[in-house]
Amino acid sequence: MTVAAIRAQAVSKSFGSNLVLDSVSLSIAPGEVVALMGANGAGKSTLVKILAGVQPADSGVIEIGGQALRLASPAQAQAAGIVSVHQSVADAGVSALSVAENLVLDEICGARLPLFLSPRRIRRRAAEIAGKTGLSVDLSQPLAALSLAERQLVAIARAFAGRPKLLILDEPTASLSALEAERLFGLVERVKASGIAVLFISHKLADLRRIADRAIVLRHGRVQGEFTRPLDLAAATRAMIGRQVVSTVRAQNAHTSAPSLTLSGVQLREHGPGINLDLFPGEITVVTGPLGAGKSSLLEVLFGLRPPAAGRITLGSKPWTPRGPADAIAAGVFMAGEDRWRTSLAPHETLGADLAGTIALPHLKNWSHALGFLGFGRELAAAQTAIRRLGIVCRGPRDRLDHLSGGNQQKVVVARWQARPARLLLLDEPFQGVDLGARHDLIASLRAMDPSAAILIATSDVEEALEAADRILVLRDRGIAAEYRPGQEDFLGRLTNLETLVAGAAD
Amino acid sequence: MSDIARSTASDGVPSGRAKPHGTTLGSLAGKSAIFLILIALLAIFAVIQPVFLRAANLLDILEAVSVTALLGLGITVSLAVGGFDLSVGSTAAMGVMTAAYAQVVWGWGAVPTVLLVLGVGIGIGLFNSLLIIVLRVPDLLATLGTLFLVGGLQLIPSAGNSISTGMVFADGSEADGVFSPTFLALGRLRLWGLVPLPVIILGIVAVLLWVLMERLRWGRAIYAVGGNERAAHLAGAPTARLRVFAYVLSGLLSSLGGILLAARVGRGDIMTGGSLLQDSFAAALIGFAVLNLRRPNILGTVIGAVLVGVLLNGLTMLNAPYYTQDFIKGAVLVGSLALTYRLGRDRR
Repeated sequence: MTVAAIRAQAVSKSFGSNLVLDSVSLSIAPGEVVALMGANGAGKSTLVKILAGVQPADSGVIEIGGQALRLASPAQAQAAGIVSVHQSVADAGVSALSVAENLVLDEICGARLPLFLSPRRIRRRAAEIAGKTGLSVDLSQPLAALSLAERQLVAIARAFAGRPKLLILDEPTASLSALEAERLFGLVERVKASGIAVLFISHKLADLRRIADRAIVLRHGRVQGEFTRPLDLAAATRAMIGRQVVSTVRAQNAHTSAPSLTLSGVQLREHGPGINLDLFPGEITVVTGPLGAGKSSLLEVLFGLRPPAAGRITLGSKPWTPRGPADAIAAGVFMAGEDRWRTSLAPHETLGADLAGTIALPHLKNWSHALGFLGFGRELAAAQTAIRRLGIVCRGPRDRLDHLSGGNQQKVVVARWQARPARLLLLDEPFQGVDLGARHDLIASLRAMDPSAAILIATSDVEEALEAADRILVLRDRGIAAEYRPGQEDFLGRLTNLETLVAGAAD
Repeated sequence: MSDIARSTASDGVPSGRAKPHGTTLGSLAGKSAIFLILIALLAIFAVIQPVFLRAANLLDILEAVSVTALLGLGITVSLAVGGFDLSVGSTAAMGVMTAAYAQVVWGWGAVPTVLLVLGVGIGIGLFNSLLIIVLRVPDLLATLGTLFLVGGLQLIPSAGNSISTGMVFADGSEADGVFSPTFLALGRLRLWGLVPLPVIILGIVAVLLWVLMERLRWGRAIYAVGGNERAAHLAGAPTARLRVFAYVLSGLLSSLGGILLAARVGRGDIMTGGSLLQDSFAAALIGFAVLNLRRPNILGTVIGAVLVGVLLNGLTMLNAPYYTQDFIKGAVLVGSLALTYRLGRDRR
């Protein structure tokens, strides 16, 4: 038996009284790709942070090539041969430099190359790296000109150039299309062939089937199961989320009332497929699908941020042609955008950016007294209600949002749009960066909403879709590709299909 | 309906007016630091130079800072909306020259002159809005451009000369208009023989703006645009209109400052623009530190302007040379900013 490239033994970590990793052990052989799977909050990212030296473990041993290590800092982990590539673009190189320069960046910064570099020499070295990894992008263009997916490929190629022992890829496919993901898998295969161990973090079943030699499923900080080829997808799914899904499915709604909103032949792009869809009061519809499938576009059309390319929308019995968010909000069509710090929240110094003010902002017209004087009483009362109803952990209605956890921040964002009766509530990726407990609370609050509101959620995460939805629509290429109802028979079997559909895999 | 809702709101939540947390010693010190400094300065100057504390002198200080404070208020609103207005000084200077030209050359009376100057201020605000909101030129660059444009334009009608009665044009003709006494009163009248009119005007403007920014819903929307424009837009705020409003208000207040300056000096002095921009920006930025809010705010800007005024007046009384003034302003500005941000960090 060969020596494992990396071995972690009985690694535990807790934050306060919260045990996040409970004696987790794993080992990866050189040239092996191991998928680390699990729901949000299962402990994946904590394990990755420990391996990458970002956080210390409370107990346990980590060995590289049979030697026990102390990983006290990212630099130490890197020196020991552990390199991780994150999905976020911000970490993925210097935008203004060329692809070639980015590929040799570590060598430039690490003084492994001479002080005076000829561009020719950089190009030669970069071409060498690109050749080994099969990276097929124009090396002379600036990194900024590349797509997100290509930047990720560059980041992996760059990590590869450092000849690491273990390469950690953190959710590399999270925002990639099927085609882009395929290029990434090609690159990972080259890395694997050169004898580097790869830890591949994902919660997409399609990834696992495509690339993993072995899958380790984490749940609640424990290794819940280990699956080797041929992979039993249904069992892995059950290990990952099975029980939760079944427990949260709600009885199907009979569509007795008239639809709140009707789309007929709505095209999200010129000559795109027409979308026909009814949204019913009291029903939670989730649209899912890969990035670029049109989920956000659909929500933006309904919120008046852009007109549809074609088709008719009716709200109640009237045509719905909002000219902007102000129109939509006045008509009771609310939207919480994707990425709360970009679309909903303001820096804490801003007047009115505290908890109560954030909830009140879109409702000021309704809550103000004569002459536009602010209704502080209404504002505080609404905040108190939200804190109680959603269980927002905070110091009070005037607390700063940047001091709250991601889950609690998101509760404030959702509470904002529950503070007045809605006809249609649109939520774009509402569970991004939200821990499992907060996600349960959020979904419970949506279910407890006045049944006159229709709810439309966009998410690229199938597991989230399953937990929240009465009905799931899969969007692909800006058209509806499939419709599912949790609670249907043979659900877990269908789930696998759904994962495949959403990930867009061709098989 | 809204009455019922209001009463249930206050009944249902007894703890609604929960006191803001974080009233630790550190934050208390931070909140009152600028006030403590102001009081300390007043005390020191009063001990060394008893004349300093006389009402007449204190009102002189207020009069001296009234124009700076008015411009600072315009800057405050444009900062609050997330913008930047570097053109306030030029706009005020333009106001001075326009007022002088209208009266001295055209022989206009006080009322049309004032309306014209305010109109010019609004026009400059609209021009800035055109550059920034329609053409999407970054605010800093756009208003820097306006600074030069307006600063240069005001020199052209009088061929670069100051404007006063009896000035001779290139063609030999003589300007025979005079500043109207009513107009001059705007800068020189003292109510009850004591309180300068510019101080009253500043007081009224400051109170109105404070109510707007801190107590009306439009103020909230303005700050929201400044905090995160996209989020404000998605929350239904008319972001473009609010930004135009801020620049127009800034232009209007700057031209009002110009009117007060022209009325005080009584001639169209080409040197008036001088340090107005720096001084009013300093007032607005020192304002960040007042109450430790770390955001542009109306009360802070007024206090900031007064603080600088007190310091300069006191030091002048102590015979500090005039050329140390800019250095002192800079020291106050840097000191107060360092104080605020340092204390703010401790509070976490």
